[in-house]
Amino acid sequence: MTQRPMQTKSFAGMSGRAVIAALAAVAAAAALPLVLTNYQVGLATEILIFGLLAMSIDILAGFAGRTSLGHGAIFGVASYVVIYAGAQAGLPPAAGLALGVVAATLLAAIFGWLAVRTSGVYFLLLTLALGMIVWGICLRWTEVTGGENGLRGDVRPAFLVTHSAFYWAVLAAAVAASFAMWRFVRSPFGLTLRGIRDSESRMRSLGYNVSLHLFIGFTVSGFFAGIAGALYAMFNDFVSPSTVALAQSVEGVLMMIAGGVGTLFGGFVGAAVIIALENVVSAHTERWQMVLGATFILIMIFAPEGIIGKLRAMLARHTSR
Amino acid sequence: MDRRQFLKTSTVAFTAGGLGLAPWRRAAAQASPIKIGLLAPLTGVVASGGKEMVEGVQFWLDQAKNEIAGRKVELVIEDDASNPDTALQKARRLVEQGNCDMLIGNLLANTGLAVANYVKGTGTPYFIPIIAADDLTQRQRIRNVIRVAGYSASEFTHPLGDWALKQGYRKIATVSQDYTFGHEQCGGLAQVFSEGGGEIVQQFWHPLNTADFSPYLGQLADLKVDAIFAMETGADSTRFIQQYAGFGLKGKIPLLMAMNGTDQSVIRTLGEDCEGIISPAHFAEGSDNPVTRQFVRDYEAKYGKIPSLYGFSMYSGIMWVAAALDKIGGRLDDRNVFIDTVLKTELTGSPLGKTVTLDAYGNPIYDVYIRKVVKRGDGKYWNVPITSYPNVSQFWTYDPATYMKQPPYSRSFQGIKKA
Repeated sequence: MTQRPMQTKSFAGMSGRAVIAALAAVAAAAALPLVLTNYQVGLATEILIFGLLAMSIDILAGFAGRTSLGHGAIFGVASYVVIYAGAQAGLPPAAGLALGVVAATLLAAIFGWLAVRTSGVYFLLLTLALGMIVWGICLRWTEVTGGENGLRGDVRPAFLVTHSAFYWAVLAAAVAASFAMWRFVRSPFGLTLRGIRDSESRMRSLGYNVSLHLFIGFTVSGFFAGIAGALYAMFNDFVSPSTVALAQSVEGVLMMIAGGVGTLFGGFVGAAVIIALENVVSAHTERWQMVLGATFILIMIFAPEGIIGKLRAMLARHTSR
Repeated sequence: MDRRQFLKTSTVAFTAGGLGLAPWRRAAAQASPIKIGLLAPLTGVVASGGKEMVEGVQFWLDQAKNEIAGRKVELVIEDDASNPDTALQKARRLVEQGNCDMLIGNLLANTGLAVANYVKGTGTPYFIPIIAADDLTQRQRIRNVIRVAGYSASEFTHPLGDWALKQGYRKIATVSQDYTFGHEQCGGLAQVFSEGGGEIVQQFWHPLNTADFSPYLGQLADLKVDAIFAMETGADSTRFIQQYAGFGLKGKIPLLMAMNGTDQSVIRTLGEDCEGIISPAHFAEGSDNPVTRQFVRDYEAKYGKIPSLYGFSMYSGIMWVAAALDKIGGRLDDRNVFIDTVLKTELTGSPLGKTVTLDAYGNPIYDVYIRKVVKRGDGKYWNVPITSYPNVSQFWTYDPATYMKQPPYSRSFQGIKKA
């Protein structure tokens, strides 16, 4: 995925050049299954799914100044609902998918309703606590969630069973969702979120209902996290409490930060870097988590604005010379 | 800043990122070595057990000079991080990229269930010497998932229930970690014990990683029961045993535990607190069987500790698979033949010192020991058999079809017969 520049008019809010670049990036991504092995196509699918999760977190963190540690739970609830609907309730995959996204959106609405009054570290802690509640429920409500063992089910429709077919389906969903998120943060409504990020009191004195705007922002963000979670259910055909655990939320946030807060598409870059690192390094050493940790520290020291952010800054310096 | 250039650069960056995947590709595996994918939790909450799993496999391979049926063995070890999502990803990697002929391992039930669900689709043979989840060889059996040298959770607590009745116990309370492994082990005991006329007075379920057992121990002490059954793993077990003694209950109320409760991985760090605890198992490191003796001696000489369940199970598991491969001359081109052969293979020469067979559902039938923790000559504690139940299957004395009609053991279903 490429970075689309800020430009108005022409096509769907994108300049002609941006459209071409975006199409080229999508075409390149779509061609990946032709050159990669099955396992790598699986990884690429995972990167797209987690990229979506990271982007959904970026809507709040980058554009409304609220970093959520509850999005892993929203993501995971969608996974649970999709598997439950498919395997236990016997619904068709499309219905399961829709239900999963609806469930995640509703959960996000509840989270949002409770969390929008806070900001900063309080927002972080409140979303963390809400996420932990969801995790606790998934762990203890054994009759429905399967407890520690989780739920299994073949929820992927038959025509998407091959790695490539599923990858293309996820790519299509990711392109559509990314475009929608990009439009959302650049819409007049998205601009009010940025206003809130920069000065909540000024926005309030200008007559904006700050809580309502944040609530809507949170819910929309949860909707996209839900799409990612529903796709993840189909990817794994399995869900367990670790999918809704705090570690999942943290991973999403880390991917977003590694890519660049407020860059939106940085989510895909961050997801790619982290998932690639996890897989390459873990093949060589069992201390791969240490390497991952060191990488984060290095990113924070040398590119606190994230990979995309750093690239942008370097390019800006280069061209201004 | 020039927009066109920016676009170009970031497109190039992304494409390069995508192509960066290419070096991960590996040429298709050659036919010569047998590739075995070993999944073990080397990081995360059960990492210590995971390391002993790897030791068990390597210990056997060393003795076999790294050869099975005349073919070299290539062991690929992956860390499942005690997390089912990671386990699934690593299983994919081993099968799809590593071209492993088979998978073996995993410790936590949820990681095993995730991998089992995956190999159901690929047909890859998957061996689970540690994963005890009952249903994997019962109601949700998958043909290519075989519990070589493993056991189903309730398999050993069924005979323990019978043994408790024979001791004249009439009232038992249970305390257990609140997850499926605990529900299943308690259920096995509760069903047999209550059907034989005993009473399960109360059952306590506590979360994993409970630091303080005093709320439970206080209540247990007041229940006036004949014995207490505790199902604990890892650090919880260590703490429970210490606090049980600390509360003055040791020696006052007999303590029965699940086999993992008094496994070497737990009691090797404990002193006299663990003495006298009863547990049921197929393996007893303190057995006087000469083959077991020899194994324990060799293992101690190599790793400096008495082997735990993890080391023993993986050692015997790989031995079982190798025995099957010997029968078919190491040929793996037809998986169905391989799986059928494993199912028909008998395990001889394992540290158990007796022959073990699989039932029709891919779960071993064992002679189950009732073991007691005693002090060895050198002051270390180990499990010594006091009696044994021959040929115990996962269905105990029940008819398999009837047994599987009852729901799996859970917190709400413990098979308790109402008096």
